[in-house]
Amino acid sequence: MTQNRSWIPYLLILPTVFFLGLLFIAPLVQTIWLAVSDNGMPSLANMRTMMIDINFGRSILNTFLLTLVVVPVQIAMALAMGTMVSKVNGGRETILWIWTIPLGISDLAAGMVWLSILQNTGYLNTLLFSMGLIERQTAWLTYQTPVALFVGIAVAEIWRGTAIVMIIIVAGLNQVPKEFKEAAEIFGASPWTRFTRITLPLIRPALQSALILRTVLAFEVFAVVYALGGRNFPVLVGEAYNWQNQNQNYSVAAAYAVLIMVISLIATLFYLKVIKVDPERLP
Amino acid sequence: MANIVIDSIRKDFGTFQALKEVSLTINDGEFVSLLGPSGCGKTTLLRIIAGLETGTSGDISVDGRSIVGLPPKDRGLAMVFQNYAVFPHMTVYENVAFGLRMQKADEARVKKQVEKAAALLHIEPNLGRYPNKLSGGQRQRVAVARALAVEPRVLLMDEPLSNLDALLRLEMRTELKTVLQAAGTTTIYVTHDQTEAMGLSDRIAVVHDGRIEQVGTPVEVYNHPATRFVGSFIGNPPMNFISMPVTAGHVAIGTKRFAVPAGSGDTILLGLRGETVERAPHGQGLEMQVRVAEPMGSHLLLTGSILGQAARVILPATETVRNGEMIGLTLDAKRLTWLSPDSGISYPAAA
Repeated sequence: MTQNRSWIPYLLILPTVFFLGLLFIAPLVQTIWLAVSDNGMPSLANMRTMMIDINFGRSILNTFLLTLVVVPVQIAMALAMGTMVSKVNGGRETILWIWTIPLGISDLAAGMVWLSILQNTGYLNTLLFSMGLIERQTAWLTYQTPVALFVGIAVAEIWRGTAIVMIIIVAGLNQVPKEFKEAAEIFGASPWTRFTRITLPLIRPALQSALILRTVLAFEVFAVVYALGGRNFPVLVGEAYNWQNQNQNYSVAAAYAVLIMVISLIATLFYLKVIKVDPERLP
Repeated sequence: MANIVIDSIRKDFGTFQALKEVSLTINDGEFVSLLGPSGCGKTTLLRIIAGLETGTSGDISVDGRSIVGLPPKDRGLAMVFQNYAVFPHMTVYENVAFGLRMQKADEARVKKQVEKAAALLHIEPNLGRYPNKLSGGQRQRVAVARALAVEPRVLLMDEPLSNLDALLRLEMRTELKTVLQAAGTTTIYVTHDQTEAMGLSDRIAVVHDGRIEQVGTPVEVYNHPATRFVGSFIGNPPMNFISMPVTAGHVAIGTKRFAVPAGSGDTILLGLRGETVERAPHGQGLEMQVRVAEPMGSHLLLTGSILGQAARVILPATETVRNGEMIGLTLDAKRLTWLSPDSGISYPAAA
């Protein structure tokens, strides 16, 4: 009886389609149009304004540098953490729970946490001073200390965003039956060989998901950077924010938004191509 | 090629004793099964031999040298897992080659060994394929080929056939026997399937509750079970156990008197294999109240009671017995097992 009413499934998914269309696709189309038009006519003027801006090159460089440093470190850390926690018998859930606490903190709050550590009167300076390593307050987060500023932001981002990678990796590791590792061990594979030749290839889908998710999020980095570096460390989303908020130029902000989207899409495609997941070759 | 001495291996998991001082000697080239119900400790023992688990105490030596404390790779053994553990991301060729690659064997030797093992297991056409393209039976062949390719001193098998369907299991059993005989590798085979153990083994070690209850050839274990457990675990239908009164060192059954082993008390437990009986003329022999008679084609299976105790016997298919009928059975004195009703341990077979 029910299978004859073919319109029911459509009816049931209609609300989600409607709201997605209303709140996602419409703004997307608007944003794209905003970026490539000028006074209602197609134009590349906004793109030009964006590209000749003094912060454009730096924001691209900073965003990519940050992504290139943060994402591999997070993947490596998540793999190490996931592998370690898989050896733990008791208290595994508690450890995972503690590791995922940063996930529950908004990124702006995370930025504030690290600001309280790294600012001139922050915990880091207090510690270094009490240990006699510095003689007066040292500034770490200014445009005169670009390396320290970069490291500070990278550390804060790694602290904040590793948990999500780890959760995906742990889920992937749980999918690998222990017999594979035992078989490899019996046949003489060292722990490192077991990791590289057995575990890593078998968690490719998790690795791919984690890389896509984390890279896309890394290109969208903003709040932590804004809290720690302000305008001393321009990044793409920060520039979009500045053009929209301070310069009141919605069109150039839209151009930045489109650029970020294009970069994210390219990164996703890159991972899908490079880390091929063949269901035939999985457990 | 190796002989293995397992000496008083004990394994505790917390307060639970998985293995209670197990000892077993396996000769060079021998095929020994560890047979027992799930949870009896047989897989734990195998994993301790493999080095995947550490015994609480005791020693295992191969060719006179202790292997306790050695990592698995230095023990010179290979293993076939219950769920095959064939690597899904490698071709069949690379799977079979895996152990040799880990030994850093040169390419010529890898190729030679892989081809040899593949030929033995008839998997040459699949060498270039990925395991997920293969059926369970084919994957099991790959797992066995991978184990044999390294020419191990000892081959360990953990319920290798239990994931296969019944028909394939029978086929692989026969094939395994042929292959392992040709390879001549000392093999320890864990199974809960008594027909597998009977069919494949030179000797069977029956494991129960963390102990080895009996070690012997399949025929010995079948005909002369050392304990009540062994008798009831091996054989289908299981051995019948009938409690009987003893008078003056004899048990009276029908018109005959059977001498029972010295040292038995007022009652003794008769261990009776269902197929060792014959139908007796009316009024003679052991009386059996038949509840259900099932003609199986090859034989007639009777379920009922003897002396008020549940029993199952097998008669030739040519016999006809009605449900509810009372029949007489003739026993063969040489094929009876006598057990102590208290300890469940059998008396030594009469010479």
